[in-house]
Amino acid sequence: MAKRILGALRDLSPIFAVVIFFQVVVLQQPFPDIANVVVGLVCVVLGLALFVQGLESGLFPLGEALAQGMARKGSATALLALGFCLGFGTTVAEPALIAVAAEGAQVAADAQFIGDSQAAQDRYALEVRLVVAVAVGIAIVLGVLRILKGWPIHLFIISGYVLVMAMTLFAPDEIVGVAYDSGGVTTSTITVPLITALGVGLASTIRGRNPMLDGFGLIAFASLTPMIGVLGYGMVV
Amino acid sequence: MLDFLADVGETVLSTLRDVTPIVVILVVFQVAVLRRRLPNIRGIATGSVMVLLGLALFLIGLEQALFPIGETMAQQLTEKAGAGAGALAGAVRWQDYWVVYLFAAAIGFATTVAEPSLIAVALKAKEVSGGAVNAWGLRIAVAVGVAIGVSLGCFRIVTGTPLPWYIVVAYVVVIIQTFLSSRTIIPLAYDSGGVTTSTVTVPVVAALGLGLAANVPGRSPLIDGFGLIAFASVFPIISVLGYAIVADGLERWRRRSERQEVEP
Repeated sequence: MAKRILGALRDLSPIFAVVIFFQVVVLQQPFPDIANVVVGLVCVVLGLALFVQGLESGLFPLGEALAQGMARKGSATALLALGFCLGFGTTVAEPALIAVAAEGAQVAADAQFIGDSQAAQDRYALEVRLVVAVAVGIAIVLGVLRILKGWPIHLFIISGYVLVMAMTLFAPDEIVGVAYDSGGVTTSTITVPLITALGVGLASTIRGRNPMLDGFGLIAFASLTPMIGVLGYGMVV
Repeated sequence: MLDFLADVGETVLSTLRDVTPIVVILVVFQVAVLRRRLPNIRGIATGSVMVLLGLALFLIGLEQALFPIGETMAQQLTEKAGAGAGALAGAVRWQDYWVVYLFAAAIGFATTVAEPSLIAVALKAKEVSGGAVNAWGLRIAVAVGVAIGVSLGCFRIVTGTPLPWYIVVAYVVVIIQTFLSSRTIIPLAYDSGGVTTSTVTVPVVAALGLGLAANVPGRSPLIDGFGLIAFASVFPIISVLGYAIVADGLERWRRRSERQEVEP
């Protein structure tokens, strides 16, 4: 544990350095409420150390055991269903996504793109969230299918990029910012280790797959499809 | 103290709420589809509790210590730069905001190095590649990408240039780099775009974007505040692929010069 705490201190030292430098040298102001800050920093260091320890003894083995079990069972349908549920279930309630969708609804209302009422905004925000969650579900399904088949990843990502660029031309301006940002906010701190472990676990269990070549890439899919989904939603509505 | 404990309780609860759907899905598939018990269930349970507690503590600490500072600093820096710029003339000069670009790069780098999901992916990459991928080197490469991305994103907010231009150019760069890179690094590089923007980076970067858009004359926080997260998700792909291409090139060059020494 002592090693973990040292590691966490090292990981966090750049943040401390940046904050101290700008506060003292550039803004030339003392720290507000120093006691709170120190308590907070101790929490951050301990929390990160615990998280990394738990990752290696809990989340990684859990994801891998599940991936290996599913791969041995040999049912592709069950595996794809698991992928969709994981993608959809972890995204629909993601706090960062809720925040971005609400801001996006505000933009759309200001631009007269949707009605100005609260109900119209809420409906729009909810629909954006559902679109993103379904898109992430589809992303994991596609990503798992790619691992099963051993298809090269860059074909998918490059066609995805081309699609995003083409759709940007046709989608209304109000939605482009939200769409681009929705790709980044979907992958949370618990989801990423689990999905990574799932991908790597699958690729190392299935014969002929290389975990380095085939195991990674699920996260990349999950950050690309929401953009396509939201842009498409903007074009349809 | 009581406030603090209430905070702890609330954060643990909200983390639990985030985790519950995941746990339900995993248990349903483990029990209903696999019909088997997990191996080493006690280790996994303890580890999961540690992840939960660790993440909650981490978030509480961030809210106590870093987020208020980060948000106030973003606000103060953009106000400071904005006041100097607005006083001179009506027009916005992008050069006046250099402190903001510097701060954006520094905070983008620092928050990415501390991002727990990036730590997770880097650990996995090191394990899977048998040590060929250096976890620390990967994280630095990603952090450099985020630093450049967030800084450029702030430049875009100040100048008010359209977001799609930047993203389209960045995509074209990624596509070209993909054809130059070795096959093994590509999936990992693509993934590193998505993992950078989580718990630590998003709140600080979003505050920076909103503060900047509110303080630059002629920008609206609602319309121009978006896009920083998109920048922070594309540029790490470019920096990781770039790092891999350069490392590959150096390795090849070193081998060639060694061969020449052996057989003159």
